[in-house]
Amino acid sequence: MTRARKLACVVVLVVCAMSLGANWLAPAGYAKQFREAPDAPPSRQHLLGTDEVGRDRFARVLYGTRISLLLAPAAALVSTALAALVGGLAGYLGGFWLRLARGFTDLFLSLPWLFLLITVRALLPLNVSPLTSVLITFLILGLLGWAASARVLSTSADALRNSDFILQARASGLHGPRLFLIHVLPNLKPVLYAQFWISIPVFILSEANLGILGLGVAEPLPSWGSLLRELEGLISFREEPWRLVPLLLLIVVMTSFQLLLSNEEVTA
Amino acid sequence: MLQQSLPAKTQLWKIAQRIAQKLAAIVALVLLGGLLSATLVRMAPGFDVDERQLDPSLSAESQLALRQSRASEHNILSFYAGYLRGAIHGDLGTSHALGQPVQSLLRERWPVTLRVAGIGLLLAWILASTLAFTACLWRLPVFEIFGTTVSGAFLCIPAAVLALLSVILNVPGYLAIALIVFPKIYRYSRNLFAKAYGMPHITAARARGLSETRILACHVLPLAGPQMMALAGITVSVALGAAIPVEVLCGLPGIGQLAWQAALSRDLPLLVNLTVMVTLVTLLANSGADVMVYMLARGES
Repeated sequence: MTRARKLACVVVLVVCAMSLGANWLAPAGYAKQFREAPDAPPSRQHLLGTDEVGRDRFARVLYGTRISLLLAPAAALVSTALAALVGGLAGYLGGFWLRLARGFTDLFLSLPWLFLLITVRALLPLNVSPLTSVLITFLILGLLGWAASARVLSTSADALRNSDFILQARASGLHGPRLFLIHVLPNLKPVLYAQFWISIPVFILSEANLGILGLGVAEPLPSWGSLLRELEGLISFREEPWRLVPLLLLIVVMTSFQLLLSNEEVTA
Repeated sequence: MLQQSLPAKTQLWKIAQRIAQKLAAIVALVLLGGLLSATLVRMAPGFDVDERQLDPSLSAESQLALRQSRASEHNILSFYAGYLRGAIHGDLGTSHALGQPVQSLLRERWPVTLRVAGIGLLLAWILASTLAFTACLWRLPVFEIFGTTVSGAFLCIPAAVLALLSVILNVPGYLAIALIVFPKIYRYSRNLFAKAYGMPHITAARARGLSETRILACHVLPLAGPQMMALAGITVSVALGAAIPVEVLCGLPGIGQLAWQAALSRDLPLLVNLTVMVTLVTLLANSGADVMVYMLARGES
């Protein structure tokens, strides 16, 4: 492991630990309003100041980070599972099923990711409880983000289908789901892991995009998207530079993911 | 003479066959994309609710007329068949939310998106390929570190944040699109150039005293060209996707903003048309690049 990757690993772990310890680090919580101090600058009581309704920005950053960092991997898990099911199975079955799956993935990939995401999210109810909005947002990411991974997996599974050990297994009388579960799926593991890890930063960025456009996690629950939405009211960077902290944190975490994923991308 | 013309004819026939296959695939995918989008809108909660139905000043007959005006959209297959029949005759329907013919809306909005996305794409290509080429040609760590850091930083910023920053800094929207697309082009083209410049025949060409311009034109570009072409097709899709947040946040009246409005108001005719258009443009760009790559490869062989 290079020094840069070690550092990236430490950064991600520290950020994760801080977000998980939000209850202790920011006991006031993300929704408590300090009505006497709206739009306050950083102070000992509010490390990053307060937002326009007086909520502690530091607490919101910690809780928002927790939501984004916990749910993006969950969405990645859903999308990778779907990709394994569609791509892996189609590659294993080959022929008509492979062509059908490729046509279907082509259809998904022919629409720009942001266009598809924003359209589908906007069509779903927007006036829902914060918890439902979190689930809808990350479920959409998981359910729509499988196509690219499925394409990679179908190619890998197709290559495996004609490999010697699969032929040997077939000759020994192993067929159907058993052959797929015992021999094909375990051999797809490296590609599955790579696709899972690659999806996480993509989903974090996508959630941020949705949040800024007002289609992400509903208030008062914070996420990186809703925190970045605050930038909309910013007139200049010099006036309130502390409002850029969520963006800087996002850049730091995403850069760390990039450094950590350089090997996974090669595997994929 | 006859012997020479036969392979050329065969080649042309094969290229024509490939183009025909691609076109058939495009038509099938566009039609399916339209149907998928229509189904999604139809299934969306609150699809057939019209705000005007809440108006107490409207009589029962008017309310009924409002409900009946959307009756044709309830059966999605019949709606889609009707839409296709109309589209063949040049009628793309009327937008529910904006009350205007979809055709005129598209005619007004496409030029804005084409301009913003086109300039953004061009800037991104110029910036990324120049930086990638310089990094590979001079092989100085400064260029390498600069290019990797800048592209890495922009890769980590959400498209909507770049759009917001362009509003705050009062710079044109196409610059945001350029910065969204730039890292994707830079990373890929840098790797392609590095791979091409690392080939033994390029080292041999340098040893024989060939100028860098000639090495680039005769040896590097033919190697990297086909893949750059494929990348060009993909970047069209990225730029179109990036146009949505940029147009929404920068207040640019383009297709991206129209798609956003259509989705929020569950405007079925408009959304189906936009999905068809966006799918068509993306597929044409990708297939065009694919055919060019195929022609280049055949030309070389």
